[in-house]
Amino acid sequence: MSENERKEGVLEGVSGRRGIEKQIVLPWSKALEMTRENIFVRLGRSAITASGIFLGIAFLSAVLFGASASRLMAELDLERIGLEHEAGELQARIIWLAGMSLVVATVGIVNSMLMSVTERYKEIGTMKCLGALDTFIVRLFLLEAGLLGILGSALGALAGAGVMMLVYIGRLGGGGVAKAWVTPAVHLGGGDVPLWVSIVASVLIGGILSILAALYPAWRAAKMPPAAALRSEF
Amino acid sequence: MSVYEYIVRTKDLSKIYTLGGTEVRALDDVALDIRRGEYVSIMGPSGSGKSTLFNMIGGLDKPSKGTVFIDEVDMAQLTASELAFLRCRKIGYIFQTFNLIPVMTALENVTLPMVFAGLATDDALDKGMELLKIVGLGERHDHKPTELSGGQQQRVAIARAFANDPAIILADEPTGNLDLKTGKEIITLLKRMNEEKKVTVISATHDLKMIDVSDRVVWIRDGKIERIEEREDIELQVGQMEGEDQ
Repeated sequence: MSENERKEGVLEGVSGRRGIEKQIVLPWSKALEMTRENIFVRLGRSAITASGIFLGIAFLSAVLFGASASRLMAELDLERIGLEHEAGELQARIIWLAGMSLVVATVGIVNSMLMSVTERYKEIGTMKCLGALDTFIVRLFLLEAGLLGILGSALGALAGAGVMMLVYIGRLGGGGVAKAWVTPAVHLGGGDVPLWVSIVASVLIGGILSILAALYPAWRAAKMPPAAALRSEF
Repeated sequence: MSVYEYIVRTKDLSKIYTLGGTEVRALDDVALDIRRGEYVSIMGPSGSGKSTLFNMIGGLDKPSKGTVFIDEVDMAQLTASELAFLRCRKIGYIFQTFNLIPVMTALENVTLPMVFAGLATDDALDKGMELLKIVGLGERHDHKPTELSGGQQQRVAIARAFANDPAIILADEPTGNLDLKTGKEIITLLKRMNEEKKVTVISATHDLKMIDVSDRVVWIRDGKIERIEEREDIELQVGQMEGEDQ
């Protein structure tokens, strides 16, 4: 009996090597369900992970709102001179500030995802014993980071813009504050981007950054040999 | 020579750890043949290498030297996904610390290996309930591990190990965290499953209660097999053991 024939005996019911990958599955719906459970059961840890991106995006959306509001105020004040120049300088400052806040938020997520992975070594080892492929582990952690990222960013965007609305309502009035949402906040690629679009975009950016930040921790978790993962005590 | 069919064979199996610059031979040229359907206990004091042997047979760690054959297939030749397949369908694992997934209910824990194996949700739930009933926990399927006692958690773990009808059950100190009475119940349950489902049970342990139900006992010390006792040799000794029961 050749090595391959024997192998097929052990891996009975599998035709060829390619078949095996499809024989072990984790449906997205199940992964999502597991992730949701994980987030709610470990609410404290989840809140810490999400708070990094929450703060980053809250800051970004506050800065964006501020930019729209100042432009609106400048437009109302027609006699103001040197508007273009000021706007350009403001733009550069916004990009720098927002960029820094996102970098800080991303580093925060990497850190808390690494801790979350370390806490769950044993669970990861157990899942591998039950037949989980490395990709399942990666999928679960990325899903978790993505969900927390989107949720944290959405709440952050609301909080950041909300605070700025309160700040500006005295100067612009209710109508002015509402108008700020359709006033350009940033100038990108030759076109003005209205505030609401840039805030929606920042929520997406928050989600994407969270997933990117979780890549390394998730990969590290998945690559662990099960025996080493099971040995760890937490 | 013999008429036995071997489900697990190890050849020159060695594992060397480097600890603080010195080499530790956790396993030293171990050759062990395990027969299909038997109940084997691997006995030895802590640090004797039995858990290392458990990890090698279960494909959870790679040997430094030597080979493990499962059904005559060299485990080192398997790809990562073939190994995952083997862990999912062929081997059921039971641990000293139960290792249930804490965020999942008893039933979800039992059905997880079936989800990985691609079973439809309804079938998995039915089978999961059936297994929980077999281990006597049908009523508690909705409980999370933290709401269950140690013995109950180990029962859930046993049900989970049997989820995909494995050919081999690997148990690492299954009674190590349990009191005397609960430990005995778990051993009885494992033996019952061994007889009813014709599954090979390999248990690393230093619990002498386990000797009672074993077809063979492999004594291991300092990473080497000291001696292997057959059922007939064991029966003579059990009487003596009872006296020194913990």
